[in-house]
Amino acid sequence: MSRQAILLGLLLAAFALAPLVAGPYLLSVLVVVMYFAYVGQAWNIMMGFAGQLSLGHTLYVGLGAYTAAALFVHLGVPAALGLFAAAAAAVAVGGVIGALGFRFGVKGVYFALLTIAFAEFTRILFEHIPGLGGPAGLFLPVGDRGGIDLIHLRGHPLMFYYLILAMTVGIFLLCRRLVRSRLGYTWLAVREDQEAAAALGINVFRAKLTAVMLSAGLTALGGVFFAFYYNNLFPNQAFSMNRSIEIILAPIVGGLGTLFGPILGALILTPLGELITMATEAMGFKAAGIKQLCYGLSLLAIVKFLPDGVWPWLRTRLGLEPDAGGEGES
Amino acid sequence: MSAAPLLLVEGLVKNFRGLRAVDGVTFSVNAGEVVALIGPNGAGKTTVFNMIAGVFQPDGGRVELEGASLVGLRPDQVCRAGVGRTFQLVKPFGNISVEENVLIGALRWTHDVAQARRRAREVLDLLGLADKRRQMARSLTLPDRKCLEVARALATGPKLLLLDEVMAGLRPAETDRMVETFRKLNRESGLTIVLIEHVMRAVMALSQRVVVINSGKPVCEGVPEEVVRDPRVLDCYLGQEKL
Amino acid sequence: MTIDLANQIVTGLLTGLVYSLMALGLSVIFGVVRVVNFAHGEMTALAMYAAWMLFTWLELDPLVGLPLIALLLFALGYVMQRGLIDAFVAKPEHMQFILLVAVAIIMVNFSLLVFGPDAHGIQVPYGFDTYEVGPLLVDKVRLLAASAALAISGLLMLFFRRTMTGKAIRACADNLVGARVIGLNVKQLYAVTFGIGSACVGAAGALLSLLIDVMPSSGPELTMLAFIIVIVGGLGSMGGALLGGMLIGVSEVLAGYFLMPSMKGMFSFAILILILVLRPQGLMGARK
Repeated sequence: MSRQAILLGLLLAAFALAPLVAGPYLLSVLVVVMYFAYVGQAWNIMMGFAGQLSLGHTLYVGLGAYTAAALFVHLGVPAALGLFAAAAAAVAVGGVIGALGFRFGVKGVYFALLTIAFAEFTRILFEHIPGLGGPAGLFLPVGDRGGIDLIHLRGHPLMFYYLILAMTVGIFLLCRRLVRSRLGYTWLAVREDQEAAAALGINVFRAKLTAVMLSAGLTALGGVFFAFYYNNLFPNQAFSMNRSIEIILAPIVGGLGTLFGPILGALILTPLGELITMATEAMGFKAAGIKQLCYGLSLLAIVKFLPDGVWPWLRTRLGLEPDAGGEGES
Repeated sequence: MSAAPLLLVEGLVKNFRGLRAVDGVTFSVNAGEVVALIGPNGAGKTTVFNMIAGVFQPDGGRVELEGASLVGLRPDQVCRAGVGRTFQLVKPFGNISVEENVLIGALRWTHDVAQARRRAREVLDLLGLADKRRQMARSLTLPDRKCLEVARALATGPKLLLLDEVMAGLRPAETDRMVETFRKLNRESGLTIVLIEHVMRAVMALSQRVVVINSGKPVCEGVPEEVVRDPRVLDCYLGQEKL
Repeated sequence: MTIDLANQIVTGLLTGLVYSLMALGLSVIFGVVRVVNFAHGEMTALAMYAAWMLFTWLELDPLVGLPLIALLLFALGYVMQRGLIDAFVAKPEHMQFILLVAVAIIMVNFSLLVFGPDAHGIQVPYGFDTYEVGPLLVDKVRLLAASAALAISGLLMLFFRRTMTGKAIRACADNLVGARVIGLNVKQLYAVTFGIGSACVGAAGALLSLLIDVMPSSGPELTMLAFIIVIVGGLGSMGGALLGGMLIGVSEVLAGYFLMPSMKGMFSFAILILILVLRPQGLMGARK
């Protein structure tokens, strides 16, 4: 057992036991923390591991959310089945974007713009699909808030709390495995230098495509959670550029390409935002935008002063071993 | 020799915007041979390498490995066919460890990461980088980076290794050490090597045969001692000096 | 019906020219500093707020206030490049990107804090005047704004062709090492370039304030618009930005005319996707 594993165990125990002491408000904040840790981790597969910058990642959240929600609202398909359709839809769209982009050599900033363009296109498209509620939104019938129905994903807020906890732990373990696998090393090689990767026998196109599709599918599962937890979906929120940026904040602040970065980033940013909101309200003025303003400032501070993120810095301070594969000692 | 040579390059042609960079380069390399490709700067040596390795598609001519054409294959496919290469401007995977750099090379032939790691350590031992295996590749000095470049290509388990100026920038002692390593590899495992090199000390010590090209055209070929005395070879180097 | 369509096209062309000026700034900055200004629309929105303040408090017509706003934005751009972006010029693309996204977030929410979420518009006395050109009806403000945008674009091109500073900046763009070797102060020239690009934004913002309302969410929308225009025209190409602006201006009104006004954005993004995939160097850009 490394010190790292002990630290993680403690953190997991704290989250698992939190409902014993925390009230509904704190729990709802923790759900948001874990949600952003989850989708941040999913995004990190594409950017942190394979080096492909997606700035339209909310596209996959929205696709997953809308697919599962629409199947549930219109056909009564339970979430436990809908999630397969949701992931499939996102994997397919991710595959199309990836294939188009990588086949035609759309790189760097241009690729990032391509991802934004698809997200924005889809946002406006969804505003014009009446069956999905258009701009007025799609609402899920709120069921019994007392029970626990994991099949239909209806029930007590605590059920959602432990669900997102399980998802966050699950994706962490998955990424840990991935980054030490053959596929993971293939991604790192592609991230570092595509020409050299190809010279070592790596099919760069396929490596990038797998990263996009896996990342998209996992992100869509986050979307399914989002839809059934909040019970409402609006295209101009689900697919908005702001959401895409929110998704990437946690992994960048925490540390790109690290396993612990997305979790740490979410642990820093979400409570920070809540504190700022509470503080301004306590001082007696409602200031829309102050939270995001502070996010912007902290992002600026991070890229300027800790460009590798908080986790690599903290890790050295704590004297811990590097967590992800691909992190030697410099 | 009745069997097909390991590498056959015949009548290779490459144009860049109307400029003929490579024009009819022809040579063959038998299994177990070490062949040097030399010529003045801009002679088209690296372009020839890039056409063998699948980076550029030739505008004419043949490239065959054990009788099978490499033309039209992508770089990764050429590597999987058994050709390892290094880059003149080294391309280390900077933000991962030296060992992982080499491990990725070994993943060409195995899906087992542990096995790839063992192979990576062997190769690093062989090239004298073992004590630096946990460093980030970007923290290496240039000679060590060149070494890493070779280690990574070697780890892919190639039948044929293409070395693009791996000795440039090394001190004489380092050059001798590297030459010794390649000799050992060639002797013990029968590794076939084609090298582009300006360091004549290495060319003379290492290669069994030398192919000379100039302005994209073949000039002559033969054993090193004869080639360096060939008036045509002297001419193409001195001719350049006069400019 | 056809007259109506023709009127729409003229409206699109004229509005597009103002967009062009904004996009020109983006193109100039990218062409020289090689940094993609992700806060471009946000800066445009700030310029529009500046125009609105000058108009509301000092009753200054945006056309009169334009030089002042351009100057302010020049200063903003200069300081941003010097104090913030210059340290990132040699860093990986995604770092620059995130830096400017951070700047964009700060600007949007700063405007939200200061001006609130509501739209602010300017109503000049001649706001409803129109010229009759043959069978066409042309808005006076739109014509004035477009002419000003075209004139400023022309001045900018003259600046890059004729003045020493302009030539020095082009030298930096063509051959950075060469520029350093002959002793150009690249840091300074980059800051000036970022300033000039931002001044374009300032001027465009002042002109846009005559045509559309500004609210905090205008920022990200204008950023996307600027991106679409420069990608369509060719990132780094000045002529491309002009062409792209007019094309997008027209395509938006056409999409609004034949489909639904709310779908016009979708049309632009579809064009962006096609261009990115099929001709990433843009319509006017040279193939690399």
